[in-house]
Amino acid sequence: MGVNLLDLYETMVRIRLFDTKAEELFLQGKIPGFIHSYVGEEAVATGVSANLRPDDYITSTHRGHGHMIAKGADLKLMMAELYGKKTGYCKGKGGSMHIMDFSLGVLGANGVVGGGIPIAVGAGMAIKLVRKSDQVVVCYFGDGASNRGTFHEGLNWASIYKLPVIFVCENNMYASTAYMPETTSVLDISARAVGYNMPGISVDGNDVLAVYEAAKEAIERARRGEGPTLIEAKTYRLKGHFVGDPELYRTKDEVKRFWEKEPIGRFEKKLFEEGILTEGKKREIWEKVEKEIEEAIRFAEESDFPPPEDALTDLFVDDRGYDY
Amino acid sequence: MREITFAEAICEALLEEMERDSTIFTYGEDIAKQGGIFGTYKCILGKFKDRIIDTPISEEVIYGSAVGAALAGARPVVEFHFADFIFTGMCSVVNQIMKIRYMSGGQKKLPIILRGPDGIARAAAAHHSQSIETIFMHVPGIKVVIPSTPYDAKGLMKTALRSDDPVIFFEHKRLYKTKGPVPEEEYFIPFGKADVKKEGKDITIIATSRMVLESLEAAKELENEGISAEVIDLRTLVPWDKETVINSVKKTHKVIIAHETWRRAGWGAEIAATIYEEAFEYLDAPIKRIGARNVPHPFSPPLEDAVIPHKEDVIKAAKEILSL
Ligand SMILES: Cc1ncc(C[n+]2csc(CCOP(=O)(O)OP(=O)(O)O)c2C)c(N)n1
Ligand SMILES: [Mg+2]
Repeated sequence: MGVNLLDLYETMVRIRLFDTKAEELFLQGKIPGFIHSYVGEEAVATGVSANLRPDDYITSTHRGHGHMIAKGADLKLMMAELYGKKTGYCKGKGGSMHIMDFSLGVLGANGVVGGGIPIAVGAGMAIKLVRKSDQVVVCYFGDGASNRGTFHEGLNWASIYKLPVIFVCENNMYASTAYMPETTSVLDISARAVGYNMPGISVDGNDVLAVYEAAKEAIERARRGEGPTLIEAKTYRLKGHFVGDPELYRTKDEVKRFWEKEPIGRFEKKLFEEGILTEGKKREIWEKVEKEIEEAIRFAEESDFPPPEDALTDLFVDDRGYDY
Repeated sequence: MREITFAEAICEALLEEMERDSTIFTYGEDIAKQGGIFGTYKCILGKFKDRIIDTPISEEVIYGSAVGAALAGARPVVEFHFADFIFTGMCSVVNQIMKIRYMSGGQKKLPIILRGPDGIARAAAAHHSQSIETIFMHVPGIKVVIPSTPYDAKGLMKTALRSDDPVIFFEHKRLYKTKGPVPEEEYFIPFGKADVKKEGKDITIIATSRMVLESLEAAKELENEGISAEVIDLRTLVPWDKETVINSVKKTHKVIIAHETWRRAGWGAEIAATIYEEAFEYLDAPIKRIGARNVPHPFSPPLEDAVIPHKEDVIKAAKEILSL
């Protein structure tokens, strides 16, 4: 296996701690707006991204911190963006739901559910028709987004033009308050691939290695020019839809049951059994990541807010504002 | 008189009319499990089996289906979740809902209500903050309601629920929790009738929604400085109450138009142009328009504050006009 298992573990820990901390900071009133936590879904982005090169693209969602971190984002710039600071990835113009880093191939988190799907398809077209490279695009979206027109139109496109796009549906069983089986025509979202004449596969999204393997195959296929794949990663959203969600649509018991299947503990157990992880190594990893996050928070807190006049910059490249 | 919130007022109107008229049914995302993200369905939860429905995230169908439902004899009340997301189904709204009665030569009534939150929240960024009412004033085919108080919200919603034409009903996120007197007895507020929220003789301020409250605050402060401002709440934009506006212009000879939507080509421009066309001779000074700066809504709170209009902008405009 061409992947370092401890790297996978560390990435998952980094995502877990970042979002756990972000939630805490939000509840303390330090982070404005909305936070959508990726806690419990870390194995998906981690397993997929382990197959990506720096020049590959991803499109992300409103629940996008994990996608960013797995792609190698700078925690300082992420945290500063969450705080609305000038030093953040988007200079405070985007916030949690809109973090983007085009240089890292992150073509945007998105406040519009399913909004990233056509963007991913377009990047796939540019790779195939203009760049003529073997780059790929990973398009992350939720179970809820798979009911949007953009999903159905986008998969058809990617299929007919054989685009190097890997559609990764994070089926976490809920779309906000809606229970997935009540709003979705199929129980396995991968079944929808049939209608678009592309491979469709469902994997255990809480098993980082299963995700890694499925993504590896799909990504290699895309790099060879053989077209798109739909991967459904079955997982579970352990936190509310957003921080502060009253969560009246599910029982505490259900959530508790799924905590037992959360991906980090599961992977850790395997790593311990195989002697790859030791208590000492574990502590080392967690402490290292905790320190990174503390530094990111310090960076965010010490940074300045953008001055009000910055509100009018960045709309057009000539930066003249045209506020009239 | 008892006081209830804006959200409760909306729900009460829905409850009363759903009890009276069994053809009314309501659907959208995240409404049936928790009573809506802003609580506007709370009072009808569990009351109307099959008449309050959570839909998939399939906006083009959410809006387009309203046409078929209305033509087949139902009275659909469709939630748009956040006004920003109406754009994902805009073709169904603009090319179907807003045109089909006309294109059919007026064969049938089309009782459809599109309703939900608009406007800024707090640091929700550009995908969750827009005020888009002007678009529906520009394209013909739908009545546009945009109330500022619980009393108006209920009375206008009652009228909307008995109207036989498509109605779009904008409820500002920052208003949902505001409280105000609402009588127990049934009442209706007609469309096209502005409400003079405060009488005055020196200057007329024309506003809707959150900017009515900001304008009333501004008027109070102006009063302390001996300036008597009249605040007109248009309440509906299609139709809009030209008569009340022109009569006020004839009295005060000075006008400010204040809305939260973008200033450029915002609906204030239409009102201003009409005043210039029909009451030019009564004006003592150029009309001033107040609206959001012409950029997408930034996330960071200081930037957001710099972009959206506040009472201070109204006060400043009034002083500028009066010092002329
Ligand atoms: C087009 C659109 N419709 C509705 C919303 C409101 N909304 C935000 S997240 C969400 C649920 C998304 O569910 P899913 O795609 O499963 O992603 P998850 O939140 O579970 O990660 C909804 C309805 C939106 N942001 N965009
Ligand atoms: Mg989901």
